[in-house]
Amino acid sequence: MVESGVGAGAGKGDRGPLYAEPPTIEVRDLHIAYGGRSALSDVSFDVYRHEIFGIIGPANSGKTSFLRALNRMSDFVTGMEVRGDVRINGKDIGDWRNVYALRSRIGVVFPLPVGLPMSVYDNVAFAPRLRGIRRKSELDDVVERCLTRAALWDEVKDRLDSLGSLLSGGQQQRLTIARALSQEPELLLLDEFSIAVDPVTTMRIEDVLRELRSELTIVLVTNLVQQARRLADRTAFFLNGTLVEIGKTEHLFEGRVNDERTSHYIEGRFG
Amino acid sequence: MTPVPRARLSADTAAMDRRDAAWYVDRIAQWLVFAGGVSAIVFIVGIFVFVTREGLDFVLGSLNLREFFGSIAWRPTSNNPTYGALALIVGTASVTGFAMLMSVPLSLGVALFIAEFATGKTRETLKILVEMLAAIPSVVWGFVGMSIMNPLIIETFDVPVGLNVMNAGLILGLMAAPIMTTIAEDALKAVPDSYREAAEALGATRWEVIWKVVIPASKNGILAAVLLGVGRGFGETMAVLMASGHAINLPTSPFDSVRALTATIAAELGDTVQGGNHWGALFTLGILLFVVTFVINLTADIVVRGIGKE
Repeated sequence: MVESGVGAGAGKGDRGPLYAEPPTIEVRDLHIAYGGRSALSDVSFDVYRHEIFGIIGPANSGKTSFLRALNRMSDFVTGMEVRGDVRINGKDIGDWRNVYALRSRIGVVFPLPVGLPMSVYDNVAFAPRLRGIRRKSELDDVVERCLTRAALWDEVKDRLDSLGSLLSGGQQQRLTIARALSQEPELLLLDEFSIAVDPVTTMRIEDVLRELRSELTIVLVTNLVQQARRLADRTAFFLNGTLVEIGKTEHLFEGRVNDERTSHYIEGRFG
Repeated sequence: MTPVPRARLSADTAAMDRRDAAWYVDRIAQWLVFAGGVSAIVFIVGIFVFVTREGLDFVLGSLNLREFFGSIAWRPTSNNPTYGALALIVGTASVTGFAMLMSVPLSLGVALFIAEFATGKTRETLKILVEMLAAIPSVVWGFVGMSIMNPLIIETFDVPVGLNVMNAGLILGLMAAPIMTTIAEDALKAVPDSYREAAEALGATRWEVIWKVVIPASKNGILAAVLLGVGRGFGETMAVLMASGHAINLPTSPFDSVRALTATIAAELGDTVQGGNHWGALFTLGILLFVVTFVINLTADIVVRGIGKE
């Protein structure tokens, strides 16, 4: 396994000023297994503030398991074991006694849009209400701001009271992004968000993500190699539960790779 | 166009009309299934027609609506018989109400535990136990009410009679609990896990997930479960007959004995003259029960169907 770009060894100099700060996410020797069957092993890398970090790889490569470990969704999945260190802003996520507080700082967007069975407004106001915000005017502000940032406000501002699950697939996916933003996360995790979304909406969401980069750190798991190319600053290639390679996205797509499997995958020879 | 070989073409023509074993089996199976489906309708209509016919003479002839619904004087064997069913209606309602008061929170709690928290062996064992609870014959429940609950209530609450609303209500609650638990659990399980994950990812605690997402999403199924439990309570006869005290009385506390509609029919029907007024009055009680349970079940059904629309 080749791990260029892990830790200080890869040299921060060639990465520009973005990487001057300490990393937002530090992953060290992460192992994930389901009932003894390994899903991801021996993975170490850093993710920096305000970058879009892409993770590509074929099915069963451990991408989704990695995201689940990040917000400790693993806690409630029976049989899922996570070993190793994951630090967010220098703090080991295993040390958070209140896992709900940890999760409320991480926004997650799932592959298939999940409009909770409540109105559009209540979907976005769900997390703020959990945090104890009750004032209508304050909630109104949050809802409008998040829906605007997710490029959905203009389409739904007249039907905030209708069921979220009645929106189209693409709208629902933007609704879930708005919902993820409503908790003011520092970290946004997206898991193959464009599976159930049409190409035009995908492009709109990608524009949204580019704008959000200035405010938060984004980890983007995608099955579309070209999507990683369009969006990610750096990209990691997972294969069969291992990290094959990590590097600047443009380098990987120029063929400057350390492992030929990476270029094979990127060129579409398998996967 | 490619020419079709002659031999195959003629073979296919023969196959079009062939009635082989599989064809007959298919036909017979269709008819049997159809007959099975229709028989459900035939039986329910048949029962309704029978009960109505037996009670109709009385309803049209001697029934005094004001007395029936307004008086507690149920004296069918008196020289001057009166048929006031109010005490019976209130008796059934109070026992069922008490039963639901006990049973709804209990059943929903068990359903929540099975559906949301229990895993693996615990879950399977609990489900089996709940289903076994449903298999206990009602006369056994009545026996429990008479021989265990009766002295227990007398001793615990220091009351003269232990066969009362509380006794019958508790027994009935335990009897209605399995069906409510099973249906409510099905409703909770029908909520997609993606809802739970989405809410958890937003930082909701497990209780917040249940209270704010899972229960609202399954409220129709839960309501249907409660209604079916009510229907079960309404129609139960033997256990209520044995545990309620079977005394015509308007209850003012859970410690008063009452008499239920169903128990009255069961206890008196054998001693009446077929076709007489008493007979007709009992069948009128039957019509009342039939209509009430029918409405409750229909409501539950409509409510369950509401789930599909959302």
